[in-house]
Amino acid sequence: MSGRFVRLAETERKTFVITVDGVARQAAEGDTLMVALLTGMRALRDSEFGDGRRAGFCLMGACQDCWVWTADGDRLRACTTPAVAGMSIVTQLASAGEGVWPRG
Amino acid sequence: MAARVIVIGTGPAGVRAAEALVEAGLRPTVIDEGRRDGGQIYRRQPEGFTRSYETLYGTESARAAALHQSFDALKSRIDYLSETLVWNISANAVHLVSGTSYRTLEFDALIICSGATDRLMPVKGWHYAGTYSLGGAQVALKSQGCSIGSRVVLMGTGPLLYLVAAQYVKAGAAVSAVFDTSTLLQRLSALPKLLAIPAALKKGIALMGVLRKAQVRVYRGVRPLEISGSPEHGVSHVEVALQSGMPFKVACDAVALGYHLRPETQLADLAGCDFSFDDAAQQWLPATDEDGRSSVKGVYLAGDGARIRGADAAERWGRLAALAAMQDGGMKVEGQVALREQLQVFSRFAAGLRAAFPWPARFASMLPDETIVCRCEAITAGELRRVVRETGAKEANRAKAFSRVGMGRCQGRFCAHAGAEVIAAAASVPVASVGRLRGQAPVKPLPVALAEKEEEGATE
Repeated sequence: MSGRFVRLAETERKTFVITVDGVARQAAEGDTLMVALLTGMRALRDSEFGDGRRAGFCLMGACQDCWVWTADGDRLRACTTPAVAGMSIVTQLASAGEGVWPRG
Repeated sequence: MAARVIVIGTGPAGVRAAEALVEAGLRPTVIDEGRRDGGQIYRRQPEGFTRSYETLYGTESARAAALHQSFDALKSRIDYLSETLVWNISANAVHLVSGTSYRTLEFDALIICSGATDRLMPVKGWHYAGTYSLGGAQVALKSQGCSIGSRVVLMGTGPLLYLVAAQYVKAGAAVSAVFDTSTLLQRLSALPKLLAIPAALKKGIALMGVLRKAQVRVYRGVRPLEISGSPEHGVSHVEVALQSGMPFKVACDAVALGYHLRPETQLADLAGCDFSFDDAAQQWLPATDEDGRSSVKGVYLAGDGARIRGADAAERWGRLAALAAMQDGGMKVEGQVALREQLQVFSRFAAGLRAAFPWPARFASMLPDETIVCRCEAITAGELRRVVRETGAKEANRAKAFSRVGMGRCQGRFCAHAGAEVIAAAASVPVASVGRLRGQAPVKPLPVALAEKEEEGATE
């Protein structure tokens, strides 16, 4: 799957692995979770109101459109959360199975 | 003066406020929601990134460097709380949350420098993945070295439209088109006011030069018609009506949208500050005196979080607000007269920008019924109009109660202005009479676990 964001600078950084919807993906040191996700895929979550996939909006912690969930069910605001090695993120709750239930 | 002075924000206003306090021998507490100081305009890139100040901030690199250096020098002389959200303000206390810890700090003087976010007018399809605010598009580049897409359309109006377009071009991003809803005539008629600061005007003109040289297509006087795409894959095209009235469509995979800025006034609201409708800005703003004193004793407002006058003005206003706080605390201060005079010049320039890049209020009444106004909960213009029609709700908070527009997780930040215009048009009343959405705590969503912790704290 191609990404939405395009890396234009700072491309020499070390990378590490995070898990997204059960698939291993590369993130770079200094990436926000949003950038780590959207450089490899095109959306972050499903709108709860049936209007489709969402990929964030303001990137400065104001709109709350970039919420994602960890595999443990914790909510993260992807634009202000640094990506950390070993994170396991869910962007498609419907296909994540019963183990994942958003807590907040 | 009692030493309990709190500054919220570490953008240009917050840093200069803190600096003035430290110079006078005080040790303020400085609270910053960000991980690093600088605010949005002078946002610092993460540790380990290597781009130069010139690359990051262009013509503003010297100002950015100066502000960062000032703050670095202050750090040992202030109590700095980064990654800390002020989620509520009660009488003489701010309520904070950082990570999983919650605390309350009392103050004698509070200087709120909360900054601004993009002012948005909806367009049909703006909920599709790939639509970002102009400020957001800039953050992606400045803070993370990324473009929001591989073919980007920038749409709206305001200085940020051209700044972000030029920054994207310089960084090597593919800019498919720039659509400005303002006209060249509006720009020209604003010139006398913009000449208040010739250097700033010159920088603006230089941005146009960057776009021209890169052969970016710039269209003025357009009316956005639709961002088309699909719920699954996001945006694919932008369609506008050109100034001639002709429809025009451009393929893209990302859209940056914004109509100048709006102050983040929720904290001033929770502090109990009076607001008034500003005819020139066409928005509700907290009332302040020239130096930033709000209507509430001990609460001061400065920078773009109170009134949009730009970063250079914010530096001076931050200092002025700190001087006012110290003066009210019985300290002897000086230097206000020159700062006030400088702010007058910035006010004139800001009026020029408003005239050059006006808020397109009229677009609200033209939005098709199926246009989503509230992105948080996917509530359409048609639903909001139905509420006005069927319930007679002509006041923003009443219409919110019936329609939920403004009740979502962004708490009206990105829909309130346009929502008020939709209500005003549907009810045939002036937008000022629609009022403004009341600020609600928490100003941003808190994790449930924290709310529980707060209750425990309250019973201790």
